[in-house]
Amino acid sequence: MRVDAPEEAAHVAWQTATIEALTPLSARVKSIVLRPERWRPFQAGQHLDIRLTAPDGYAAQRSYSVASAPETEGVYELAVERLEDGEVSPYLLDIAEPGDAVDIRGPFGGHFVWDAADGGPLLLVGGGSGVAPLMSILRHRVAARSAVPACLVHAARLWDDVLFRGELLALDEDDAAFRLLAALSRDTPRRPQDTGRRIDAALLADAITGLGARPRLTFVCGANPFVESVTTLLVGLGLDPASIRTERFGG
Amino acid sequence: MATRGFEGRRPPAELADRIPPGQSLTDGFPVLSAGPTPRIATADWAFTLKSGPRPIKKWSWAEFQALPQTKMTRDIHCVTKWSKLNTPWAGVTVDDLLADAGIEPATPFMLAHSYDGYSTNVPAADLLDGKAMVATHYEGKPLTPEHGGPARLLVPHLYFWKSAKWVNGLQFTERDEPGFWELRGYHIHGDPWREQRFRGD
Ligand SMILES: Cc1cc2nc3c(=O)[nH]c(=O)nc-3n(C[C@H](O)[C@H](O)[C@H](O)COP(=O)(O)OP(=O)(O)OC[C@H]3O[C@@H](n4cnc5c(N)ncnc54)[C@H](O)[C@@H]3O)c2cc1C
Repeated sequence: MRVDAPEEAAHVAWQTATIEALTPLSARVKSIVLRPERWRPFQAGQHLDIRLTAPDGYAAQRSYSVASAPETEGVYELAVERLEDGEVSPYLLDIAEPGDAVDIRGPFGGHFVWDAADGGPLLLVGGGSGVAPLMSILRHRVAARSAVPACLVHAARLWDDVLFRGELLALDEDDAAFRLLAALSRDTPRRPQDTGRRIDAALLADAITGLGARPRLTFVCGANPFVESVTTLLVGLGLDPASIRTERFGG
Repeated sequence: MATRGFEGRRPPAELADRIPPGQSLTDGFPVLSAGPTPRIATADWAFTLKSGPRPIKKWSWAEFQALPQTKMTRDIHCVTKWSKLNTPWAGVTVDDLLADAGIEPATPFMLAHSYDGYSTNVPAADLLDGKAMVATHYEGKPLTPEHGGPARLLVPHLYFWKSAKWVNGLQFTERDEPGFWELRGYHIHGDPWREQRFRGD
């Protein structure tokens, strides 16, 4: 892991980013492509801070993980999920349009990050928009031509809620070292390896077996109850807690 | 510059001066942790006060419960943007720990250590004079593992990552030594009112 020395301190300033594209990924999630004035390099797994300002100067900030690869310079892609009573996510999904500007800062974050040099096998477990930083990790793995075995366990309600589905299915076809396992809580599985239930110990054990060796690193991301239940199962399956990194999106 | 079409949802006017810049009010209690939640039985729990490498005093759970217990109701602020008002805690103040160990602050800096290997640095001045405690209870009940139980540090006037969960020791250090998040780009001090989120802020 790269950890910068504290001496390298430099204030990361707010800057303007233009929304270049807004594309539905599912009924509740949109991909948002941002083009900042000054693109900063980042590590797969990091997040951006977004600030929205009302006419009277009142401002709200939220964090969103970057889903694009660090190799895709110039833009940051996010995957934002609508929280019905939310202040910021409904704005981003329902009001913002391509060409609009928002303030951003970052990317930030130094623990929930993966670099190809960190190696594998890699176990990635995401619920809903928690797949966003895992997508950045997988895209970085492809861009860096890393051959480490990797498995993404994607929890979703419906098959149509599987984010980046086309890209993930194509990767699953083309790359013998990568597996996608979908756990659909309210849908029937379309492929034999997927399940029509919530993530359980059996599915995670299958994911680990498929990697051929214990994962060197496991990344779990999503809402806190999801992260809590998945990490409890993983520790129960004998994974070293120190090898499991979590990102929790909220209460 | 204003964001087109954004109105925002403001906190009630009477609470506005209790919400630091960039923070939003929550009624829930979101969780921020770098890894899985460790589960430590109070029978196995111990808390050690150190000066540099030298242990000064160690308390078992029963010994810790016999120390003066203090209640503290405070507003808390997490760097992930949420603030929660009037959170009621109980535990042992850092002042009472030092008094029980019979020592004065050995250096101006401290590191808190946790069962999961986490650490965070806090100047001694931010821990003393009733500013901080090792909390074992929340809302009158034993602190749950998700929120740091059996015991967490509570330094409510700094961003909440300074309030180390699953804490098992405090150590005086010669220098201000960056802890887990401080080594990973977060601010060395973490004052929410000065919005000290990241290094350089
Ligand atoms: C490091 C990080 C990365 C994130 N990445 C993503 C991402 O890639 N995609 C994505 O969709 N979301 C992500 N989130 C969550 C995101 O920051 C917002 O919390 C979410 O969009 C809800 O914001 P809102 O303004 O719509 O709702 P709010 O108005 O903030 O919340 C509505 C209600 O939900 C509760 N709530 C939900 N989430 C939170 C939270 N984080 N903190 C406090 N209260 C909460 C509140 O109690 C509130 O009552 C991330 C969060 C963090 C900390």
